[in-house]
Amino acid sequence: MYQAMANLGFAAESTYRRPPPLQGTGKGSVLVLGAGLAGLVAAYELGKAGYKVQVLEYNTRAGGRNWTLRGGDEYTELGGHKQTCQFDKGLYFNPGPWRIPYHHTGVLDYCHQFGVQLESFVQVNHNAYMHSPDYAGGKPMRQRELVADWHGGIAELLAKASGKGALDDMATKEDREILLESLRQFGGLDNQFRYVMGSASSEHRGYAKEPGGGPDGKPGFSKPVGISEILNSRLWKQLGMSSLYEYQTTLMQPVGGMDAIGKAFVRELGPQAITYNSKVTAIAQDDHGVTVTYEDTTRPGQAKQAKADWCVCTIPLSILSQIPIQVSAEKAAAISAVPYMSSAKVGLQFKRRFWETDERIYGGISTTDLPIGMIGYPTHGIGSAKGVLLGAYAFFMEAYEFTALDPATRVAKAVEYGAQLHPQYKKEFENGISVAWHRVPSTLGCFGWWTDEAREKHYANLCSLDGRIVLAGEHASYLPAWQEGAILSSLAAIGQLHRKAVAGGKA
Amino acid sequence: MKRAAVFAMLVVAAGTAAAQNNDAAFLSQKDAAHVTGEQLFTHICQGCHMPDAKGAVGAGHYPALAANAKLASAAYPIVMVMNGRGGMPAFSMILNDQQAADVVNYVRTHFGNHYTDAVTAEQVKAFRPPAPKPEDAR
Repeated sequence: MYQAMANLGFAAESTYRRPPPLQGTGKGSVLVLGAGLAGLVAAYELGKAGYKVQVLEYNTRAGGRNWTLRGGDEYTELGGHKQTCQFDKGLYFNPGPWRIPYHHTGVLDYCHQFGVQLESFVQVNHNAYMHSPDYAGGKPMRQRELVADWHGGIAELLAKASGKGALDDMATKEDREILLESLRQFGGLDNQFRYVMGSASSEHRGYAKEPGGGPDGKPGFSKPVGISEILNSRLWKQLGMSSLYEYQTTLMQPVGGMDAIGKAFVRELGPQAITYNSKVTAIAQDDHGVTVTYEDTTRPGQAKQAKADWCVCTIPLSILSQIPIQVSAEKAAAISAVPYMSSAKVGLQFKRRFWETDERIYGGISTTDLPIGMIGYPTHGIGSAKGVLLGAYAFFMEAYEFTALDPATRVAKAVEYGAQLHPQYKKEFENGISVAWHRVPSTLGCFGWWTDEAREKHYANLCSLDGRIVLAGEHASYLPAWQEGAILSSLAAIGQLHRKAVAGGKA
Repeated sequence: MKRAAVFAMLVVAAGTAAAQNNDAAFLSQKDAAHVTGEQLFTHICQGCHMPDAKGAVGAGHYPALAANAKLASAAYPIVMVMNGRGGMPAFSMILNDQQAADVVNYVRTHFGNHYTDAVTAEQVKAFRPPAPKPEDAR
């Protein structure tokens, strides 16, 4: 699951540059559907450009998938199960996005503009675990040891191959000599180009007895695991993610919870901008404007209408594909062409931070082939009394299965499986909460699941301005699931809209 | 690409000792050959269509499978399971023909549905789309 998730991000640098303000003064009105990050960006930027903006939001809060759960928060999922978050004061859990890569400059720029304080998010922790129930009787391996033994074994094999002349027709003699030198550095090989127990390997994989002070300070070297065992363990698959562009250092998170970003936008927009509890039921347009029919979910059965000159629709396609919308056949086909990826997360509160005190794991992620997929350790609050772990982050099959369980069982399963990595779970667990994204009433899924064929056929149609309606959201980007995708798509959408508006509606 | 391997997990009864456990909540690789239509419903379908198959309503909705007249033609649920539609993903990569037939048969004979014309793996095969290339295959 972990590796699969690793491959979801696309290694293209964000095209974001701090946009110049929309050129020229906007006249007229815009309806923005959805107050997630895409909708909030559209409302903020269009408002600044002079448009009269109204935002309709299904939830009772803004932010969309930019969402943080804290003690006292209530959440009712589809099917009716209501959870009340039991976390202690100051503890939180981000059920949606939880990290911001340094190159997601759109997100970062809004954080800077609005004074959203950021702190480092540890993604890669060399002391976290890699775990498979099928390897070493389920005993987890430290990432540091796995990386060292994997690299060391590969380096030794390559050095031997070179020594036997296997590279002679592929590299010059000089290059082969430099290669050997670099393999020694890369793999922690000794001066015979062997990966064996000793100072060179222990400098990579750590020591059996830590270097200390005083008479007994001499370190004890650790014993590498042989390359055959490492390869057959398949644990190296779990290393795939952290080396990918999206997960490379430095990543960041807003202090106090990811929802600080959504809240900052709401503060900038002012209290009147967003109409909550609004369920959109139809979207129509003609030469003169857009008419959106919606229902106040607190007074069901009464159709209301909102009108504007333009519409930026950020409703997830899983929902928009069910709403009558007056757009071209091509755009309607695009809206229906993107199924939604499944994922589920569980947040678990523990009465003590045993991962820090017992195991010296400070932030980062342990990965496992168990259904929970991974365990995420909080980067914030290190050294404090209690903490909330990400106890499960499942995709694909395991996500479907987590989703099919009731929330209490999801939490129980996360505790049960997590205990295979951390036996302390059983004694220290206090409470938990789970979010399975296909049961989130406002999204019906986690994010748009594109295929190459669907992109080819539908992406351009999805993103084009259709009369007076333009779509935005992570689903209209090449950064699926990422907040950056929502922001970049929104900026692209309002750019199109504004150019047409200032041209008098003819573009 | 792990996902294909994971999906293949259900399709192919891989011979490894990948058994996570005997946990009823999660299907185990070693049991893939014995997964029933009912298990596929409770492990996959009910996540959205709900345990009572009555669907759910939020900003959008998941249709009820219970007492659903559209199930009269077996081709309809087969196409939905194999190809997906709208927000529903295609399950052709997860399920083999027999499993797709089993889950369709299960739904068409439970939850107030009483269709007796059981579908076969052979019938499902005709609806299997070419394997899609999701972007995460890169």
